[in-house]
Amino acid sequence: GTDTLSLVSLCSPTVVELNHNLTSVIPESALLIIIGWILGGIIYGADKMQTFTLTPTVFFFYLLPQVILDAGYFMPNKLFFSNMGAILVYAVIGTCWNAATVGLGLWGCWLGGAMGDIDIGLLQFLLFGSLIAAVDPVAVIAVFEEVHVNEVLFIMVFGESLLNDGVTVVLFNVFDAFVSLGGAEIDAVEIIKGIISFFVVAFGGSLVGIIFALLISLLTRCTKNIQIIEPGFIFILGYLSYLTAEMLSLSAILSIVFCGICCQKYINANMDERSVTTVRYVMKVLANGSETIIFVFLGISAIDPAVWVWNTGFILLTLLFIFVFRFIGVFLLTWILNKYRLVPLEFIDQVVMSYGGLRGAVAYGLVAMLDENKFKEKNLMVSTTLIVVYFTVMLQGITMKPLVTWLKVKRAAVTELTLAEKIQNRTFDHMLVAIEDISGQIGHNYMRDKWHNFEERWLCWFLMKPSARKSRDYIFNIFHQLNLKDAMSYVKEGERRGSLAFVRNETKADVDFNKKFRASFSEIMPDIMADNMGPDHVPLSSILQDIVPSVCLDMHEQDLTMRESEDFNAHHLLQQHLYRGRKQHRHRYSRSHLETNRDENEVQEIFQRTMRSRLESFKSAKMGVAPAKKIQTKHQKKDKPQKMPNGNSSDKSKNHPYGDKDFEFSEGDCGSGGEAAGDLFPMRAYRVEAGIVNPAFMAEMDPMDNMQQIPHVALLPQTLNSFDT
Amino acid sequence: MYLSVLDSRQSLFCSSVSFEQIGILHKRFKQLSHNEDTLRRDDLNTIPDLSCNPIRTQIIEAFFDKRNFHQNGEGTVQEISFEEFLVVMSHFRPPALDMTEEQREIIRREKLRFLFNMHDTDNDGTITLEEYRHVVEELLSRSGALGKETAKGIADAAMLEVASISMGHMEPDEFYEGITFEHFLKILKDIEIETRMNIRFLNMDTTNLCK
Repeated sequence: GTDTLSLVSLCSPTVVELNHNLTSVIPESALLIIIGWILGGIIYGADKMQTFTLTPTVFFFYLLPQVILDAGYFMPNKLFFSNMGAILVYAVIGTCWNAATVGLGLWGCWLGGAMGDIDIGLLQFLLFGSLIAAVDPVAVIAVFEEVHVNEVLFIMVFGESLLNDGVTVVLFNVFDAFVSLGGAEIDAVEIIKGIISFFVVAFGGSLVGIIFALLISLLTRCTKNIQIIEPGFIFILGYLSYLTAEMLSLSAILSIVFCGICCQKYINANMDERSVTTVRYVMKVLANGSETIIFVFLGISAIDPAVWVWNTGFILLTLLFIFVFRFIGVFLLTWILNKYRLVPLEFIDQVVMSYGGLRGAVAYGLVAMLDENKFKEKNLMVSTTLIVVYFTVMLQGITMKPLVTWLKVKRAAVTELTLAEKIQNRTFDHMLVAIEDISGQIGHNYMRDKWHNFEERWLCWFLMKPSARKSRDYIFNIFHQLNLKDAMSYVKEGERRGSLAFVRNETKADVDFNKKFRASFSEIMPDIMADNMGPDHVPLSSILQDIVPSVCLDMHEQDLTMRESEDFNAHHLLQQHLYRGRKQHRHRYSRSHLETNRDENEVQEIFQRTMRSRLESFKSAKMGVAPAKKIQTKHQKKDKPQKMPNGNSSDKSKNHPYGDKDFEFSEGDCGSGGEAAGDLFPMRAYRVEAGIVNPAFMAEMDPMDNMQQIPHVALLPQTLNSFDT
Repeated sequence: MYLSVLDSRQSLFCSSVSFEQIGILHKRFKQLSHNEDTLRRDDLNTIPDLSCNPIRTQIIEAFFDKRNFHQNGEGTVQEISFEEFLVVMSHFRPPALDMTEEQREIIRREKLRFLFNMHDTDNDGTITLEEYRHVVEELLSRSGALGKETAKGIADAAMLEVASISMGHMEPDEFYEGITFEHFLKILKDIEIETRMNIRFLNMDTTNLCK
């Protein structure tokens, strides 16, 4: 029954994905709701009653946790915490304001007779207000997915939607208790108890989350030998944090959010690369799946005449109030906040923030939990909630993108920062801290720096594996990436040049890859060399073989051993952390797109740059080799996996000097073993002094060392193939 | 004391530094200089919190660099007065909310000039590869020996990037001298420096002194 339905609803995204044009106009969530309606209609037609609804238990215990864990785990921490003050203001004060105004507004209108004769009271209105007031994280993600607004704006709305759970839970429980007590019993003591319970619930929930984060981090620190079950722990413990908080009557959402936020850094550092990948993918799958099911069920639940009670006044007034009071609330709070912020929030951002206050499944879940006996008008509230959800998700969702475009909202920066910008950012941070120190003031930067130092000294020591601690520095990571790219560009260049380019005898800078490094590499990274399956289901070893054997460079024995240890460590670390450096500045949160290292522009730019300079520096009168013109290669990324086994097939673009042949060797070239390499590929030497024109790019021995490492597979196909004129 | 500062630097301070803040900074100045009228490098070196900052040498040098005093001077001095201290600090004031685009641009250039001067230590108007390497080295100075190698690699790559952005396609025998101030502006135009390079405390209570 329910299972089949869930499976069916999971298939709906695929249907939806088939037409991307459709989803760019109508957000996926809206389409899913429509599918839900259709399905609900079918079921109702078959059973004459609605057998499937979104029950609160299923929703709160089986569907919501993974969505929130996903949100926490992929949260851009730096952005989140630097805007924490503003986010908290919106989440706490904003939600209270919304709840109060909607509740009181509706009550006033009821007193005035706008809703006719319904059995309801002030407290019930307030309760309804509190559950309809909260901005919903699932809906926000779903709608903002398509609209890439600038990161500050996004984090405001998103952060608010996550943190307001603390308030919502408290208000809901408080008013529920008040309704049970009856109006007469409420006095100041009860109200004070309510306020205190807010602090307990919110901070208690966060604390539970943080404790579990510590647990997870410690656990991953010790799981070196049982890497295969690492991912499992993350999910189990994450879910446990949710359940524990729920059990203690604290805010479960806050708990799981902070669990995800706090542990992400440490588990990413401690766990093996493949575990990290597993966690990321599974997290996305679960979250996507849950979200899909949630929206479909939201649609299905509507096709049930039993719940529908129509009261024009109530419904229309609710819609009006939540819309209007949201705008008023946001503008008011922003006006206050802007006095204290360095970067004030602009008018247009505020409009989008107000418009983006979407309500969703959480509100529905809460309203479904109401007791019919206490709340005579429960069905009315359920109907209204459903209509509110549909209105916000569908109408506001569809119009969000045109609105954003029309208002010319600042969009997310698409291009990666240049290297110089990254360095300057670092410089800024240190500089600002220094100036604050010199001026003796304790400012924002000072606190941040102090926390940073504390964290580096104590937390990382406690929670991170020793090996993970070494290569954490951000700039260090940049260096490794550069070396990696350098290395690959050398290899590619070597292939392109053919036998002439790198011939060189004087310093015998030839490394015999196969003989020396294949062996030693196997010791250090046995798991890589084994028959593992790479991400595209191509055996890793074959991919590596294709790349590796083309370069044969011998080094002086002594140079080798000296560099070997240091560089192998460095390169092993590099291998472990290839995802990290590049992702530092990606603040875009997306439900369905995992940010892999596929930034064509960056890779391309650096490649071309490196290539150009290398070629220029290798130009030499002696050799009589003219520097290459611009390198032209265009590949379809998707073709790569199929091309691997048979090198020359399905190559769409024929006019490339670089062609597939260079990297995707046909069987003849690469051969199945190392022994072919020696014959087919001439020794490539490394020229140190030939015609170097650009001193900014001294050809050094160091980059050549990097040839020894085996580039991570995930990085490789895109890097090598995303070459454009 | 305050009046003379105001007179000679009116245009500079008109926008957003208040009387109170000058007072606060003056107190700090006195504290750092041990109640003397001038500040020396050693006085700044003794600030304990500063010792773990990787680029502290560059920052301290910036205080003694005559180019930052807005008097068209060059070279360095051994000690500075409160006035000069204040001028250097004023580089970190945020733009007032009611500024025009041109005024913002002026402030941007001023801040970027400060940064540029920090990197261009020999004052030849360009940041050469050596100077840039030095910058990156300092940033990595906490990483020990590995830092030097890394710094070279990164500086080289960054330089190349700047070259390709500023000069486009270069002929094989062209030589990239270094980053000029104009190139510097170009590279960093996307970083909103007027909002980033500010110290919050200078933002409190902006009373306009000149009106």
